[in-house]
Amino acid sequence: MKDRRLNLLLVHLALLLISAGFALPFLWMVSTSLKPLDAVAPTTLEGHSSLSLIPDPVVWTNYLDVIHNRRMDFPLYTRNTLLIAVLAVIGNTLTSALCAYGFAKIRFKGRGLLFAVMLATMMIPFPVVMVSIFSIFRWIGDHTPLQMLGTFRPLWLPAWFGSAFSIFLLRQFFLTLPDELCEAARIDGCSEAGIFFRIMLPLARPALAVVALFTFMGVWNDFLGPLVYLQRPEQFTLALGLHTFQSQHGGTQWNLLMAASVLVILPVIVLFFLTQRTFIQGIATTGMKG
Amino acid sequence: MTSRDRAQLMKGLAFTSPWLIGFLGLTIIPCALSLYYSFCDYSVLEPPVWIGLENYRELLIDPEFYRTLRNTAYYALLTIPAGLMVSLGLALLLNAPIKGQAIYRTVIFLPSLVPAVATAMVWMWLFNARLGLINTALRTIGLETELRFTLVNRILEALNIAPLRPLPFPPAWLSDPRTAMLALALMSLWGVGHTVVIYLAGLQDIPRDLYEAAEIDGAGPVRRLFNVTLPMLSPVIFFNLVMAIIGTLQVFAIPFIMTGGGPLRATYLYTQYLYEKAFMYQQMGYASAMAWIQLLIILALTGIAFGTSRRWVHYQGR
Repeated sequence: MKDRRLNLLLVHLALLLISAGFALPFLWMVSTSLKPLDAVAPTTLEGHSSLSLIPDPVVWTNYLDVIHNRRMDFPLYTRNTLLIAVLAVIGNTLTSALCAYGFAKIRFKGRGLLFAVMLATMMIPFPVVMVSIFSIFRWIGDHTPLQMLGTFRPLWLPAWFGSAFSIFLLRQFFLTLPDELCEAARIDGCSEAGIFFRIMLPLARPALAVVALFTFMGVWNDFLGPLVYLQRPEQFTLALGLHTFQSQHGGTQWNLLMAASVLVILPVIVLFFLTQRTFIQGIATTGMKG
Repeated sequence: MTSRDRAQLMKGLAFTSPWLIGFLGLTIIPCALSLYYSFCDYSVLEPPVWIGLENYRELLIDPEFYRTLRNTAYYALLTIPAGLMVSLGLALLLNAPIKGQAIYRTVIFLPSLVPAVATAMVWMWLFNARLGLINTALRTIGLETELRFTLVNRILEALNIAPLRPLPFPPAWLSDPRTAMLALALMSLWGVGHTVVIYLAGLQDIPRDLYEAAEIDGAGPVRRLFNVTLPMLSPVIFFNLVMAIIGTLQVFAIPFIMTGGGPLRATYLYTQYLYEKAFMYQQMGYASAMAWIQLLIILALTGIAFGTSRRWVHYQGR
């Protein structure tokens, strides 16, 4: 028994050290974001940056400097990112749920094969289709009145065709709901659409939340998409804006750069804490198909 | 096919139609197009012109192609095994029944949520050669020296290979071509949380009685790890391996932001080269050929993983 206690103590110690290592970048980022510039990047060659984790003095105005910055329109970038995210979340959640219901609850010929094909598409790397999707969007812009390049559409429209990952996640959930539920409704004369909207969707709320959450994070974190499709600074998303901000005056104003990073990370962290359990379950499910 | 079957088929296709249309428009057609473009001279501004195998022939003698391929392989070899082992180790630790488990799990998981751009910012600051936390801390505790590789150089000399130049310590990390990739690989471990969660779910699925049976048979903790935990976890390890291969071979954002491929192109990765060919030099045909080679490499590697899986992945009762 003593052996066991010692073991657990060692596990504790190891985790304490490792957790400190994982948390340090966060702490250092927040600490730097609240320091005056001369404590972060001294102008003399011999000077070195302060190792203190507690900023002294605490410069809250760094955050205001970031928000009211001429080179990085933080509020506008936030608005752009949220706009794309909301459209993508609605589209992906709704269409993925439709498809997932089809794959889970409607027996039709070729369903298994179709589902396997869908899972296989998850392996196709984005760079393979990146160039041709870009040229397709260009073609649509040239040949229809619907402008694509230079708008947000290429960033949220694809979400309206479901995504293999979300469909998979939702199908797993629909499979856990008893078939009798649908059968009973069918006997009562409920249409397939009625079953889906009035019975299945309300029951699937937790799974829909996971999909919505992942989609939101995907848009919030996306860098390559906006980099390819957005050229004008007033259209930038936060990720793209932060990158531009860094390449323009990174290397010098590290405190402002860290403050901007904190602002970009904060919503994700808050969202995580609000939805922690749903979130972890969602990730765990993806590993289960192995 | 009976009329009922047909009705079911129509219903099924109707419900799955968003994905079916997307599959056609966002996967099948783009893949076919990109295959076609790979045989064309195509700059987007003008229609593609068929040039046969020219792009592929050019690729075979393109030193940048080989450089980015080599760099990507190096990055993958540094990060995939380390990432898989570190996350497995962390999952085993986090699976132990201890107080504060939830807090530890959260702290280790959180970094994997941080957007790539923000991750890049934080680590550029930490790795900063003159002002970064890592080097300032190392210098403060007096770890300032120069690595001369005397022993290695004596061997290299004997083999008639140019000796290694002395490396200052602490190194300049991202601004030294010899350590930049290492720094990128090191920081990639900060984001293993996602993989840890998948491992943890797998660990929780292992039936308790297997451990009890093993313990009764006299298996110690090490035997239990190698004869119960790892075999039972092998499908999850396999899943994580395949995901890591697919993900790592197309890594783009973090190296692109942190080093831009430098210094001296030491971190110039395949996807960045592809991106630049396509959207900076407008050589869409060339980029498409690169994309297809990338797809084939990924398919080949996952194929190899699947091929060997029969030997080491155990599916219980399935």
